[in-house]
Amino acid sequence: MTARKKGFQIIISSVFIAIAVLCVIPVALVLITSLTDQKSIDNYGYAFFPEKWSFEAYRYIWATAKKTIFNAYGITIFTTVVGTVMGVLIVALYAYPISRNDFKYRNGFAFFSFFTMLFNGGLVSWYMICTRFLHLSNTVWSLILPGVMNSWYVVILKTFFSTTIPASIIESAKIDGASEYRILFRLVMPLSLPGLATIALFFTLKFWNDWYNSLMFITDEHLRNLQFLLQSMLSKIQMLNEADGNTYLAETIEEVPSDSVRMALCMIAAGPILIVYPFFQKYFIQGLTVGAVKG
Amino acid sequence: MKINTGIGSHVKRRGTVKTELKKNFSLFTMMIPGLIHLILFAYLPMFGVIIAFKKINFAQGILKSPWVGLQNFKFLFNTSDAWIITRNTVLYNLLFITLGLVLHLIVAIGLNEVRNKVISKTCQTMMLMPHFMSMVVISYIAFAFFSNETGFMNHKILPMFGMEPVDWYVNPKPWPYILSIVHFWQNLGYGSIVYLASIAGIDKNLYEAAEIDGANKWNQITNITIPCLKPVIIIMLIMSIGKIFNADFGLFYQVPQNSGALYSTTSTINTYVFNMMKSGSANSMGMSSAAAFYQSIVGFILVVASNAVVHKIDPERAMF
Repeated sequence: MTARKKGFQIIISSVFIAIAVLCVIPVALVLITSLTDQKSIDNYGYAFFPEKWSFEAYRYIWATAKKTIFNAYGITIFTTVVGTVMGVLIVALYAYPISRNDFKYRNGFAFFSFFTMLFNGGLVSWYMICTRFLHLSNTVWSLILPGVMNSWYVVILKTFFSTTIPASIIESAKIDGASEYRILFRLVMPLSLPGLATIALFFTLKFWNDWYNSLMFITDEHLRNLQFLLQSMLSKIQMLNEADGNTYLAETIEEVPSDSVRMALCMIAAGPILIVYPFFQKYFIQGLTVGAVKG
Repeated sequence: MKINTGIGSHVKRRGTVKTELKKNFSLFTMMIPGLIHLILFAYLPMFGVIIAFKKINFAQGILKSPWVGLQNFKFLFNTSDAWIITRNTVLYNLLFITLGLVLHLIVAIGLNEVRNKVISKTCQTMMLMPHFMSMVVISYIAFAFFSNETGFMNHKILPMFGMEPVDWYVNPKPWPYILSIVHFWQNLGYGSIVYLASIAGIDKNLYEAAEIDGANKWNQITNITIPCLKPVIIIMLIMSIGKIFNADFGLFYQVPQNSGALYSTTSTINTYVFNMMKSGSANSMGMSSAAAFYQSIVGFILVVASNAVVHKIDPERAMF
């Protein structure tokens, strides 16, 4: 019996290791290609075991498009940090009152937020409001403001508040004369750090990976974030050395290592998230399951 | 569980809006940023759906554009596009829902059987990786596989089977498979999280008792695990059916690189609305807004209906 159990464990473990490797392998192909010599790619195509390794792609990006890449990183980091801070604050400030049992209109306000998940006006009217009424086109705020409130996160955080913070704590703080804001910022939020971390992680991921708002509102090249820069480079890799305004470089470097540069850009944009996500995965899973429990 | 303290007793006291406003003034002020956001970015666009009944004049804005009745809808439903985008959206989603359910259940149940925690955790982390990448990055990965001259498929896989290279980005036939594979690859780990969590919550004694009675693994899965997961499965299914009119814009826009030659198999309501809107002519804007309206209304009906079904089955889990 134990021998059979052991055999079963070996089989099922290897099956899942194989599946997990399959999930990661396309990313590995991209990473390897970014480190492959362009001549090898031209001759043999993308390969997991390239003929010749080379840092040329990264060197090329550094030489030609440093400014553009740094600018894109700057935009991405700015929108991610500002957006995440604003988002967590706005969501927490909305979730806290509707988690309070003694707040008479909590259900009404909860529904006001929730209804937006059921019905929306569609892309065209949303776009017209954002551009015609709010004048967001080609501003950095167009990459931040549309995403700083999320009704689903409100549900998650509200559930978190009402299940982890006993009402008696809030009541005794009130008796001690603390204001609502003081209770929220000094008492409720420090006690809900895992919940806030989950929301912050969701926001960070969303802002870092966002290209949608750029696609909608950005035509100004100086406001391209990483993902949008990446998207516009997929078809026009040659534009890279024009991006920094130094076209003369095209002559000094005889041929653009276009495939490996493409994949190197991809790693530059995705790298930071791929390196840190294993450490925050716990909060991510927790947020998803809290949401699912509430449904 | 309700914790009954002094705070709760306030609820019963009848009061007007004014007294409540006085009592909980700071709670109201807290919600102002969120309320403003909801009004600007969600409720104003809801009223903006009237644009579907107008001839859009971008310079004049939503309110001043002239009314045209149902003309936009007539234009839209007279094209074959309306049928194609509806068919694509619904069929892709149906496949994603049904096959997704099977795959995610298999992964969750299987991963739960792996006793070595280091292996199971590592596998889960690796399977989650694709979910943390943006669709732009994923479109690059797809490009590494399907690019004409140097792509992995044309250069390595197809020659292995003695097949001719394929012009992937102009040939619409293989795209239903490609998009499905990309979708399932991206969501395999992510989609099984909820089921894994539910399996972890099943009473271990059930399995011990079954083992004493001589039930093998397969019997345990079919007689304990699946029945215990049934409520979650039903809820997840119904929820996703409520969203069946909503396609994953990133998947259908970025991965095929919005290539016009592929529209017959890659165009969905979401990408159609976007492309028509961006093309800019008054006519296509009108059709775009009509398609957006059509999607909003049908989507809303589906969500409300599916929630009503959830409410019947398990009121605790209904959204409202």
